[in-house]
Amino acid sequence: MTLMRKITYREAVREALKEALERDERVFLMGEDVGRYGGAYACSKGLLQEFGEQRIRDTPLSESGFVGAGIGAALGGMRPIVEIMTVNFSLLALDQIVNNAATLRHMSGGQFSVPIVIRMATGAGRQLAAQHSHSLECWFAHVPGLKVVAPATVADARGMLWTAILDPDPVIIFEHAMLYNDEGEVAAEGDLAVDIGSAAVRRAGRDASLITYGGGLKKALSAAERLAGDGIDCEVIDLRTLRPLDDKTIMASVVKTHRAVIVDEGWRSGSLAAEISARIMEQALYDLDAPVARVCSAEVPIPYPRHLETAATPQPEAIVSAVKGVMRK
Amino acid sequence: MIEFRMPSLGADMEAGKLVEWLKKPGDLLSRGDVIAVVETQKGAIEIEVFNDGVLDEILTKTGENVPVGHVIATIRGKDEAPGLAPGAAVAPVAATPAKVPPKEALPPPRPEAPAVQVQITPAARRRALELGIDLATVKPGPRGIVGIDQVEAAQPLAKERPGIVFDEMRKAIAAAMTRSHREIPHYYVTSTLDVSPLMSWLEEENVRRPVPARLIYAVPLIRAAALALKSASELNGHYEGGAFEPAGHINMGIAVAMRGGGLIAPAILEVETLGMDHLMERLRDLVARVRGGRLRSSELSQGTVTFSNLGDETADAILPLIYPPQVAIIGCGQIAERPWVDDGKVIVRRTLTVSVAGDHRVSDGRRAAQFLTHFQQLLHNPEKL
Repeated sequence: MTLMRKITYREAVREALKEALERDERVFLMGEDVGRYGGAYACSKGLLQEFGEQRIRDTPLSESGFVGAGIGAALGGMRPIVEIMTVNFSLLALDQIVNNAATLRHMSGGQFSVPIVIRMATGAGRQLAAQHSHSLECWFAHVPGLKVVAPATVADARGMLWTAILDPDPVIIFEHAMLYNDEGEVAAEGDLAVDIGSAAVRRAGRDASLITYGGGLKKALSAAERLAGDGIDCEVIDLRTLRPLDDKTIMASVVKTHRAVIVDEGWRSGSLAAEISARIMEQALYDLDAPVARVCSAEVPIPYPRHLETAATPQPEAIVSAVKGVMRK
Repeated sequence: MIEFRMPSLGADMEAGKLVEWLKKPGDLLSRGDVIAVVETQKGAIEIEVFNDGVLDEILTKTGENVPVGHVIATIRGKDEAPGLAPGAAVAPVAATPAKVPPKEALPPPRPEAPAVQVQITPAARRRALELGIDLATVKPGPRGIVGIDQVEAAQPLAKERPGIVFDEMRKAIAAAMTRSHREIPHYYVTSTLDVSPLMSWLEEENVRRPVPARLIYAVPLIRAAALALKSASELNGHYEGGAFEPAGHINMGIAVAMRGGGLIAPAILEVETLGMDHLMERLRDLVARVRGGRLRSSELSQGTVTFSNLGDETADAILPLIYPPQVAIIGCGQIAERPWVDDGKVIVRRTLTVSVAGDHRVSDGRRAAQFLTHFQQLLHNPEKL
């Protein structure tokens, strides 16, 4: 039996960063406040002291600038990890990410690759208001040339970074801001790297498939727990990777349960939930016993007041009622 | 007000389960309309009404099992007011006319209920296909939607497709035939006929006919039996309560083997009025409905005599048991080439051995022999049938 230990999601990210910095000297971390302040979410606390200013670099408040610098470093043979404080701020760097990082392999006929890892926080729940709380994962998942992952568990937060660094192409890692304090288990020792590309069944069930990612996972699991009390046995799928989507795992579950509820903190229109729903329709229509249901955020800028923020984002109650809807109960 | 009761669809039927109401209160009914579907040991049977009127109230819910004779609905006259007090349904019929209010007190006609289209999920459609279930027979679940659960719940009934749970059918046959063997003093008369002229005529006739209009040889046999029975009234009717009641018409039960085993003999009503073309149509329809599981109540309860044809490549002759309360059954073996004596010479002819089983409480063998002679004469001139 593997010996397990309990750490927080934040500690997992920090351990992963530390491991990457130790294992490969081409790895360096840069971003706003990652050094002296230790990271906006304290993920890089202590790393400056340990690895020095060359490898833990505070940047000016210029997302386009430092992401572009990261892309250049990657092209030059480094393995940069760039932290963007939240997905809202990443919009300033979209040109670098979409027009450069995602395209250069294709535009150079395979001569160049951009092995950059860009980490950013995402999601609502901390009363940071509309400019710091959105979930725009699907914008990145739209773009060919990028890989997009959303570790929802401590083990994935610990294990995905190294795999992302090994990937020769740009990988975007979304860390949901509500996960940093959560505790979870990881192996006490050994190689903790995990794969990128596959979804995981976090709870097996036969009545309905709850498909979610990132911050949605714990809400879906909590809804599944409540539904179990009503005799409804939900399967919970953690997508883990948002691009490319693991159709195989999604469809295998839907074919088994005949019902799908997608929990996505993005806005409903043009969401990942919309994409997954379309894929289910394309690949598993004849297995559906109910229309696919979606639990998404209300189509408003995420509000500041706690009760409105809660009301605007997917909550276990809404998931429970969506599942009962597809069960026609 | 008329009480509509769970009909007896055979001597052996004690109860029936209401599977589906095909009419709703307020619907106009004409004699012969199919009002509901009842599940019996013989499968799903459509039951018909015998009166014109308006369906007043449904008293038995879908899924309920009720004994024969139980009032399952009330039917009012077209001009009669609806909504008798609860309990009035069991009041004697004579008590009702006094309650008829003046005509102007009639409520306005019910607005047409919007036609709700049944929604069937893709998965339910596929499951139904896999299970061989007719989706039209599946009762929708919550919100009027047919899902996998509803299809699977319909499975026991659908398994009866063709309409039957076979061990139930075997029980029904056992009950009817035990009663027949115990109560009816059977006699048998058999005769072997030269059917070469019939078969030659039929072959020529069928060459002339387009394929869908072609006749099977059972058709002239049934036609001849029907005509011969017209002058053999002791073979056509019901023996019940110690007395024989000859039937006005000939409702000929046709024994049809079920796929997968079992046997059922729904009647072609007033068969003597049907020419061969009509008879062929009715026969085709009947066999299709037996195998599709939808027979009508009148076809099962109103047979007055039964015809059983073993068919090709089976046995030479059959000595069948009468289906009570009927008093006779006609059985045919296979038609095959056999040696035949004609004018002192042995020649090869196609022959058929016909048996008649009669109820000795009602008739004697001589009567059946006369019937057979008549039957044979009719078959000698098939073009005149």
